[in-house]
Amino acid sequence: MSKKHLENADMETAMSRVDGRVKVMGAAKYTAEVQLPELTYGVLVESTIGQGVITALDTKKAEWAPGVIAVISHLNTPGVPEYKLQNQDVIQKQLRVFDSPNIYYNGQPIAVVVADTFERARYAASLVKVTYAKQQSYSNLEDNLSKAVVPKKAKSDPKGFTTDFLRGKAEAFRDAEFQVNEEYIQPSEAHHPMEPHSIIATWEAADKLTLVDKTQGSQQTAASIAKSFQLPPENVKVLSTYVGGAFGSALRVWPHEIVAILAAKKVQKPVKLVLHRNQMSYMVGYRPYTLQKVAIGASKDGKIVGLSHASYGKTSMYEEFTENVLIMSRMMYDIPNVDTKYRIVPLNVSTPAPMRGPGEATGSFALECAMDELSYKLNMDPIALRLANYASQDPDKKMPWSSNYLKECYELGAEKIGWNKRKAQPDANQEGEWKIGYGVATGTFGAFRGGASAKATFKPDGTLLLQSAIADIGPGTATSMTAIAAKNLGLAPEKISFQLGNSTFPKAPMQGGSNTVATVGSAIVATCDNLKVELAKRAAVQKPEWKNAIAKNIKIVGTQLINSDDASSKVEIASLFSQDNLAELVVKGDAAPGEESKKYSFYSFSVHFIEAHVHELTGVVKIKNAVSVIDCGTVVSPKTARSQSMGGIVGGIGMALMEEVVLDDRTGRTVTASFGDYHVPVQADIPQMDMMFVNERDPYLNPMGSKGLGEIVIIGVAPAVANAVYNATGKRVRDLPITPDKLI
Amino acid sequence: MIENNTREKEEKELSGNSRRDFLKKSSVITAIALTPVAAVKASDLKLDEKLSDAIEQMPLSIEINGQQHNLKVEPRTTLLDLLRERLKLTGTKKGCDQGQCGACTVHIDGVRALSCLQLAVMNDGAKITTIEGLSDGDKLHPMQEAFIKHDGFQCGYCTPGQIMSAVACIHEGHANSETEIREFMSGNICRCGAYANIVNAIKEVKEGGAI
Ligand code: FES
Ligand code: FES
Repeated sequence: MSKKHLENADMETAMSRVDGRVKVMGAAKYTAEVQLPELTYGVLVESTIGQGVITALDTKKAEWAPGVIAVISHLNTPGVPEYKLQNQDVIQKQLRVFDSPNIYYNGQPIAVVVADTFERARYAASLVKVTYAKQQSYSNLEDNLSKAVVPKKAKSDPKGFTTDFLRGKAEAFRDAEFQVNEEYIQPSEAHHPMEPHSIIATWEAADKLTLVDKTQGSQQTAASIAKSFQLPPENVKVLSTYVGGAFGSALRVWPHEIVAILAAKKVQKPVKLVLHRNQMSYMVGYRPYTLQKVAIGASKDGKIVGLSHASYGKTSMYEEFTENVLIMSRMMYDIPNVDTKYRIVPLNVSTPAPMRGPGEATGSFALECAMDELSYKLNMDPIALRLANYASQDPDKKMPWSSNYLKECYELGAEKIGWNKRKAQPDANQEGEWKIGYGVATGTFGAFRGGASAKATFKPDGTLLLQSAIADIGPGTATSMTAIAAKNLGLAPEKISFQLGNSTFPKAPMQGGSNTVATVGSAIVATCDNLKVELAKRAAVQKPEWKNAIAKNIKIVGTQLINSDDASSKVEIASLFSQDNLAELVVKGDAAPGEESKKYSFYSFSVHFIEAHVHELTGVVKIKNAVSVIDCGTVVSPKTARSQSMGGIVGGIGMALMEEVVLDDRTGRTVTASFGDYHVPVQADIPQMDMMFVNERDPYLNPMGSKGLGEIVIIGVAPAVANAVYNATGKRVRDLPITPDKLI
Repeated sequence: MIENNTREKEEKELSGNSRRDFLKKSSVITAIALTPVAAVKASDLKLDEKLSDAIEQMPLSIEINGQQHNLKVEPRTTLLDLLRERLKLTGTKKGCDQGQCGACTVHIDGVRALSCLQLAVMNDGAKITTIEGLSDGDKLHPMQEAFIKHDGFQCGYCTPGQIMSAVACIHEGHANSETEIREFMSGNICRCGAYANIVNAIKEVKEGGAI
C-alpha cells in the first residue's frame, strides 16, 4: 500500500491546538468562571427516595440562614410556561421541574437554595427538611423485564433502528452448524466530563435571558429554553465558549438548567449553579444499562447464515430514551438473515443520554464479542472471520458505501500490533505471572453532515476572523476549522482566529454524533470561497482579468492575492481595501447536504487491536498495547485527530475494565456517585498507543473528504479488550466491566 | 409510609443549631448590648450578616503567585473556593471538590496539594503558586510549552492541575521513567484521555533539564 496513511510520528509534528496557550495558562474561562456583578449561588436539594410524593417541605431554617436570598421549590416556583401547554398525562417530555410534588427517581431536584456565597447556599441546602409519602421504587432492569415496551419512536420512525426488523428469515441461526447464543450486559456508565455541568442564568429583562451554560449546542439550548419559557427566540442568548468535556452529557437541556433560570427569575439576580461531582451520574444523563441477546449461526467456512439481536435498555418513568444499539448488526456484515428487536424498560431512574459512541458502542460490545466467540467455535482467525463476512455494500440500505477501507484497517493494524504473536488457543501464552492475549473488534458509526453557516471578517492586514455557533467540547474544533480555512485560502494559520460557542453566531449543529468537521467545515469552505470571490471582484477593478478568476484557483500568499490560472496577475490585499476605503470585509457562507445520502451509505469505520496482560493470581488486567486504525476519510487536523482517537480508546478501556454506575435497588440511590466508587481510567491504566489513519478521502460527504471521528474511536474498543482477555485467560466475561473478581 | 414531623420535633430542631439561635444566645450579643429580641430583629434586618462577618471570619495572610493578600475568610471556605470565587483566580479547577481528581492541584510552599482539601485558613503565612503564577509573564513555563507541543489535553479542564502536578512530579524526582511518571501522575484524572501525550510532555521537560 502506498504510504498515504498516517502514523503517530506523522501526526505529532502537525499544527498544535490554536487555543492551547489559553488552556495551559489557566486563562480559558469555562462556564462557572465567567464573572458577573451581583452573582448569587444556587445549590440543589434532591430527593432521597426513588418514588413517591413530597408531603411537606420545610424551608424555614434554610430561609433564615445567613446570606440566603430564596428557597424555591414546587411550592413557590415562578413556573415554566411551557408546562401549562403540555398535557399532564403525556409521558414523553423531560422532567417538569418543580411542577408537582411527585418523585420519579432518587436524586431528582426538588428545591434550590440561593445565597450570596457558595458556602452559605450549600449549608442552607442541608437545612431543608423534606417529608415524603414513599412508594416502592423499581430500578433493576432484569427484575422488571416484564415491563419492557416497544418505544413510541418505533411508530414515529418505522425505518429507524428501534423498530422490529427482519431481513430474510427470523432466527436463521438455528439452522447453522456453528452457533453462538449469549447474553451481554452493558452497565450504566456516567459521562463524567472533568468540568462539572454549570450554568449562570441572568434575566436581562422580563422577556430576555442570557445564559452562560455548559452545552454542546448554544443555539439548540437557546431554542429549547425559549420554548420552555415562551420567549422570543432572539431574546435568549447562550454562551459556551469553553466546554470542559461533555461526551454527550450536554446535548440537551437538563433540569438543573431550568432550576437556575427559575431561581434567577425569583431573585432577579444572576444565579450560578454548579453540579457537584456526585450529582453528575444522575443529573445529566448516562449510558443506559442494557441487556442484549445475540445469536449468530455460521457454516464451516465462516459464512454467517443468520443473526438475531435483541436489546433491552433502561429509561425513566417520564421520558423515552432510545439509541442505535442494533444498527451495526444490520449493516456491518454481509448476512442474509437478520432479525432485531429493541425494547425499553421505564424505571425509577433519570433519563439516560447519548454517551460517546452512544448505542453503537453498546451494540458493538455484544456483536463483536459474539463474533469472537464464533471464531473460536470455528477455529478460525477472528480477522479472517470478519473478512469472510465483509459487506461490499451496505446490506441494510442496499446502497454502495461512500467509502470503506476496512480491509486496509485490518491489514495495517494486524501488522502494527504483531497479530502473528497471538496464539489461536486461549490461555496459551504466558510470561511469568502474566497471561497474554490479543483481541480485535470493529467499530462503525454513520457519517453525517447537516446544514451550517459561517461568517468571515477579513482585514487589510491579512487577518481573518471566522465565527460559528458550534461548541468545542475538546476535539479542537477551532483548530480543525482554522486548518480548513488556512488550506482553502493559503493563509497562514496564525492569521486566522475562530470564535465559537455563542448562539448569536451563524448557525451550527450541536457538537455530537461526529458531524462537526463535515458540517461546519463545509460552511467554512463555502465562506472562504465566497471571500475569495469577493476579493477577486475587487481585484477586477484594478486588473480586469480577475473577472474570470474562480475560487479554487485563488490563494492569499503573503500580502498578495494570487490566481494560479494567471500567475502574473497579483494584487496587494491591502489595496483591495484602500481602493474603497474599507476597514474590513464581511462575508458569509452557507453549506448544506445535497442528494448524496440517496445514493450512498455513509459510515466511518475503525478496527481496534488490544494486547492485554492478565495477572494469573489477582485477575488484574493491564492494557499493554493498543492499536487503532481508522477510516474517517481525509484527516483535517492530524495532531488533534490523534489525541481525540486516543481519548476514545481511553474511554473504551474504562468501559471495558472499570466503569459501572451501581444503584441500590432498594432505594434507587446511586452507590457509585464519586470518583472513589466510580472508577475511570487514570494515568497508570493507559499505555502508549498507536493511532493510525487510512487517510483516504471520502468523495461524497463534503469538500474536505472527511467523515466522522469522535464516535468510532470508542465503538469497538470494549469488545477488543474483552476478546483480548479471553484470548489470554480462556474466560469469557459478558457483563462489563471486566473486573478482577470475574477472572479469578 | 408517611413520615410525619410533629410541630414539637420541628421546633426542637429549629432551636438546635440554627444560626439565628446562636445569635440569640451568644455572649457576643450581650457584649454588644443587644437583647435576644433585638437580635431577632437584627436578623430580619440582615444585621446578622454584619454580626456573622465579625464573629465568623478569620484573618488570613497568604501569598499567592508572589502577591501578598491580607484577607478575612470563613473557616469553612476551601483554598480552592477562595481562589476561584473570591480572588477570581479561576485557572485552578474544581472537578470533584473532594480530593479525587487532581483538577485543583496547586503548589503550597513548593509542594503540590489539592486545594479542595485545604481550608483556606490552614494556609496562614503560606506561599501558594497557581497555574496563573507558573509562567513568567507572557513567557510560558517549559511544561506549558511541552503540553502544547505534545497536545497533552483536549478540553483543557484538567490541564492546569496536570501541569502543576507535572512540575511537582519532576521536582520530587518522580519522573525517571514512563512507569514512574504514570504512577505519580495518577492522581490527576483526564477524562478526555490525554494521558499518553502528558507522559511525553513530562518526559521531554525532564530530559531537557529545563526545570
Ligand atoms: S477538585 Fe480537588 S481533587 Fe478534585
Ligand atoms: S483535557 Fe479534558 S479532562 Fe483532560
